[in-house]
Amino acid sequence: MEPHHRHDEPMKLELKLFATLRPYLKGICEDGTLEVPDNTTVADVIKLLKLPEEQVRLIFVNGRHSDRNRELCAGDRLGIFPPVGGG
Amino acid sequence: MNKILRIDTKRKEFSYSDPDDRYALLGGRALTSRMVMDEVPPTCHPLSADNKIVIAPGLLSGTTAANSGRLSVGSKSPLTGGIKESNAGGLVSQKLARMGIQAIVIEDKPEEADYSLIHITKEGVSFLPADDLVGMTNSEVITTLWQRFGEKVGVACIGPAGEQRLTGASIQLADPKGNPGRAAGRGGLGAVMGSKKIKAMVIDDTGCERVKPANKEAFSEVAKKWAKLLTSHPVSGEGLPGFGTAILVNVVNEAGAMPTKNFRSGRFDKADKISGEMMAELIEKRGGIIKEGCHPGCVIKCSQAYHDKNGDYLTSGFEYETVWAFGAHCLIDDLDAIAEMDRLCDDIGLDTIDAGVAIGMAMEGGLIEWGDKAAAIDLLNKVKTGDPVGKIIGNGAAFTGQALGVDRIPVVKKQALPAYDPRAVKGVGVTYATTPMGADHTAGYGVCQNILKVGGDVDALKKEGNIDVSKNLQVATAVLDAAGLCIFVAFPVLDSEEGFGMIVDMINARYDTNLTADDVLAIGINTLETEKAFNRAAGFTKHDDRLPAMFKENLEPHNVTWDFTDDELDGTLSFG
Repeated sequence: MEPHHRHDEPMKLELKLFATLRPYLKGICEDGTLEVPDNTTVADVIKLLKLPEEQVRLIFVNGRHSDRNRELCAGDRLGIFPPVGGG
Repeated sequence: MNKILRIDTKRKEFSYSDPDDRYALLGGRALTSRMVMDEVPPTCHPLSADNKIVIAPGLLSGTTAANSGRLSVGSKSPLTGGIKESNAGGLVSQKLARMGIQAIVIEDKPEEADYSLIHITKEGVSFLPADDLVGMTNSEVITTLWQRFGEKVGVACIGPAGEQRLTGASIQLADPKGNPGRAAGRGGLGAVMGSKKIKAMVIDDTGCERVKPANKEAFSEVAKKWAKLLTSHPVSGEGLPGFGTAILVNVVNEAGAMPTKNFRSGRFDKADKISGEMMAELIEKRGGIIKEGCHPGCVIKCSQAYHDKNGDYLTSGFEYETVWAFGAHCLIDDLDAIAEMDRLCDDIGLDTIDAGVAIGMAMEGGLIEWGDKAAAIDLLNKVKTGDPVGKIIGNGAAFTGQALGVDRIPVVKKQALPAYDPRAVKGVGVTYATTPMGADHTAGYGVCQNILKVGGDVDALKKEGNIDVSKNLQVATAVLDAAGLCIFVAFPVLDSEEGFGMIVDMINARYDTNLTADDVLAIGINTLETEKAFNRAAGFTKHDDRLPAMFKENLEPHNVTWDFTDDELDGTLSFG
């Protein structure tokens, strides 16, 4: 079920930045929620938070991989990781 | 000249022989699996005199090639009843290579109850009494042996779990600092070593020269490019050294694939408390070390020194899978408690994955409460003392689940599933089901393409493409294991046009051969075929290549299930 909201109203996202990207939450959304205008894309959020381009490697929206062009919806959980691995 | 060292544990004798021609270009897992197939009756009892332990460095071990110091330990597994190759870091692989030993084959078993310490030097092999070492933890054994034989000797040893011949027992190896932080963990090989009454082996390469590649100049030229490839890839060059493998806690949790409370959900709400970020923060605050290699010549350095609250060394080789097994799987959210359990496993000589999943079985079966870290630590301590309850836990997840009447036992071929839910990382799920090793993420790490988007992009939640992902990775991994290369070299190799060619070139320069990429891939395919043949002869059928029925349940948050057909799985490792 997609949460609805009216056009032009700010919407709230759940934002999670990990590893070397974590410091970029500071002062902007320390509680992990971010208010953005309607029609905001992942790329807009990356720009807003001034994330270094080369450090944005994995993007999850609601636990699924996403690209930067995706338009976000109210209540979306956005997670961004730098290059990481293990096993 | 490479030779095979045979150690007869019954007669306490040793002999060197020239390898059979068929073994000429086999190393690591390719050699251990081939020799186990050739010499171990597949139907033998794994703890009987008929079983053998084959220990082999990789084809590139002992050279200057970065990350080539991994060791293969092969045998018939007391846990799975099938063939096993357990792969470890430490110092032994490179030392064996320098000593010109292509493989050690440990044979037969003594009639008497006394344990031996086997001391291997350039001059030969001595059987020394090990009475003073019996009952010791692996930390104590290594400390004692480094004092006696000199720091930096290679040590492979068993703790109390191996002495008790428990099917979750590991063989631990001294890491470069003399801690038992490296393990041939999976498959209960510590029990086989215990059955042969060997408490420890010391490998001392004093007086041996470095490995000289046949074509030295060509080798060093490729080796330089190789090291650069590893250090310049963002995952092996930055991600792994910066946060270790535990960085995956948040990644896998975010992807909804973190098995929580015995695979009931794909998200753990306390993941941040046991994350790699938290680990790195605590290590820095307490004066530990963020990045360490598991063997000399490692340029990736995913290991670490984790200190306790007082700033004292607690553990190293503190991996994502361990954090998961004692953490999310058991609903324990205290990283210090998990580190304590990692330390206990290294000391007692237990596979952290099977031990952690077994603790979860104890919770599932009502022996202790979910999330009760003190009770979990207590159970592990009982393995050390030989308490009957400890023997249940020390025999691993399948045994513990059965002992406690549990109906959700996450194992394949009796080996516990690791830290990625197969329903939400389907590429690795196919590997769990089909690898001859029993559930093993390292045998074909589909997490690469499914979650980390390295070496391709294949949807983790859908079946499409994931059989091929697993198949190709299983072949490539068997090659890396034959070469003695760390599997994390796969991150840059999969993302580069030249990476695999460099491995081929290094093998050719080392041995003066003209192998093609296909020839080298054939080493991997032949290894898998050999392992499957051993398992068939041991009584395994295609019905053993399945996940337990519990994975038919839906997994949140993605509402996915395990939906591969039997035919799809059965075709995974057919090479036609």
